Amino acid sequence: MFTSSMIMAILPELLLLTLGLLVLVFDLIWKKRDGRDLGWLTAGGLLFILVLSAFLAKPATSMEVFGGMLRYDMLGYVFKMLFIFGAMITSLFMMDSEKLGNRGESYILLLVATIGMNLMASAADLVMLYLAIETTSIPMYILAGFLRDDKKSTEAGLKYLLFGAMASTVMLYGFSLIFGFTGTTALAAITGFSLPLAIGVIILIMVGVAFKISLAPFHFWAPDVYEGAPTPITGFLSTASKAAGFAVLMRLFLGLFPLGSEYALMWTMIMAVLATVTMTLGNVVALSQTNIKRMLAYSSVAHAGYALVGVVSLSELGVGSVTFYLIAYVMTNLAAFGVIAAFSKIVGSDEISDYAGMSRRNYGLGLAALVAFLSLTGMPPFGGFVAKVFVFAAAVKADMIWLAVVGILNSIVGLYYYLTFLKVVYLHRMEGENEEAHPIPLSRPYAIALAVLSFAILFIGVIFGPWFNIASSAAQGLF
Amino acid sequence: MIPISWYLILAAALFSIGLFGVLARKNAVAILLGVELMLNAVNINLVTFWRYNAPETVTGQVFAIIVFAVAAAEVAVGLALIISIYRNRNTIVADDLDMMKW
Repeated sequence: MFTSSMIMAILPELLLLTLGLLVLVFDLIWKKRDGRDLGWLTAGGLLFILVLSAFLAKPATSMEVFGGMLRYDMLGYVFKMLFIFGAMITSLFMMDSEKLGNRGESYILLLVATIGMNLMASAADLVMLYLAIETTSIPMYILAGFLRDDKKSTEAGLKYLLFGAMASTVMLYGFSLIFGFTGTTALAAITGFSLPLAIGVIILIMVGVAFKISLAPFHFWAPDVYEGAPTPITGFLSTASKAAGFAVLMRLFLGLFPLGSEYALMWTMIMAVLATVTMTLGNVVALSQTNIKRMLAYSSVAHAGYALVGVVSLSELGVGSVTFYLIAYVMTNLAAFGVIAAFSKIVGSDEISDYAGMSRRNYGLGLAALVAFLSLTGMPPFGGFVAKVFVFAAAVKADMIWLAVVGILNSIVGLYYYLTFLKVVYLHRMEGENEEAHPIPLSRPYAIALAVLSFAILFIGVIFGPWFNIASSAAQGLF
Repeated sequence: MIPISWYLILAAALFSIGLFGVLARKNAVAILLGVELMLNAVNINLVTFWRYNAPETVTGQVFAIIVFAVAAAEVAVGLALIISIYRNRNTIVADDLDMMKW
């Protein structure tokens, strides 16, 4: 029967489901609500869930629950907290969005996607894993295409769905082969790959995972979907969804082909090449973008490449550094998309040239942009810097110095376009206008979210010890 | 009894046809159909492996049932998105969906 550890293993998901039902009921019976009420309910509920499960759901030891379907360990715990935090910030961004804010459905879809991500991070069985991936993806397809009358948004939704369905089906074919040739779907029990099977499975699974984290040959959807989807959703998509993909990547590949197994070298080499291509392509294409959302899309492709460097190192330090990287990246990119959402809500444009003089139109927003983009660049004292140091250190320790060098060179390329954007924000002026006459009012949810994120980015960058300890303890769950 | 390889070849062929459809067809509905073919290929694989390798367990069956339940949900969302696109611009040809380009 149910034991207390089983309940604790899915406590965050249970609470999320309860909150989702609560939102659904309130959406129906609470007619005279203010436009933001459902958003505050969701955000407050998520904060409550975050605090409660941070204290209660922390695992003491790693164990498998629900007949080996889920693994209850630190890796899952850390990622779950990250997803719930991301969803909380996203719901703050969503509530002022005109078409998303007062609709109960949008919050429920967000919560269901979060449940799916939580399960992705803790799945220990191929059946569960596939179900979790789809539980995340299907609500995200709807959210990307949520603005039914907007041509770009529906196009983004459909593109995301078509690419996503194809990629996850290819991965599923790999799962079916694993089941067939090894006779089991439990990740811990799968052994005995022959060489052709290993090659086939690695390639098939790689397609699905690479789509989720937008690695180079499978990144085509990212810029289009990021541009077309409502901006708060884009923020969620580029952070939590990508982090969930990395959690799956680490669990799958380190579970199926662990350190010391005969095929470990094969998949790490493939990934090292993919990481190189991804970083380079993302950064180089980002240089020529004029739309800020597309630029950030390519930048997030590049960041997937940086984080992959840590996975390739195939060590405890590597996995810990990836986890730390993702924590910093989620905060940073959410802040960047928050700035964009706040700006485009008033100005109605995502073109970089329209950002001229933004720092004079709202000092706080300019400051948040500065913190977020310098952290994306990897400047000390922000979180992005420490994260990059750890990831590259892991690569050097694993004797992959060339990969660290590629990563550092790419960071320099990245510096150019991030700083160009900051130059437009801070140094350019609005043409023939007085900026004070065109202020950008920052509503309360945006102000709260951006303040929290900016503080978190700085905090992670300055006092990184405790965060890195958490990330390392997550890595121990895998080794 | 029919050898297991026949079923696996059938599944692989079906999967390849589906993948070709996804990559080559222009109509969004046809692309979605291609994905369905691929999913059916997976299901044939799963049921075959279950029947030949482990008929005493239920894993393969459960996996197959979950796969087609998910596939149904995916198609429902896909068709809904296609309808909303068709209402917006009177086309569902993938090549015409090019508002966003680098």
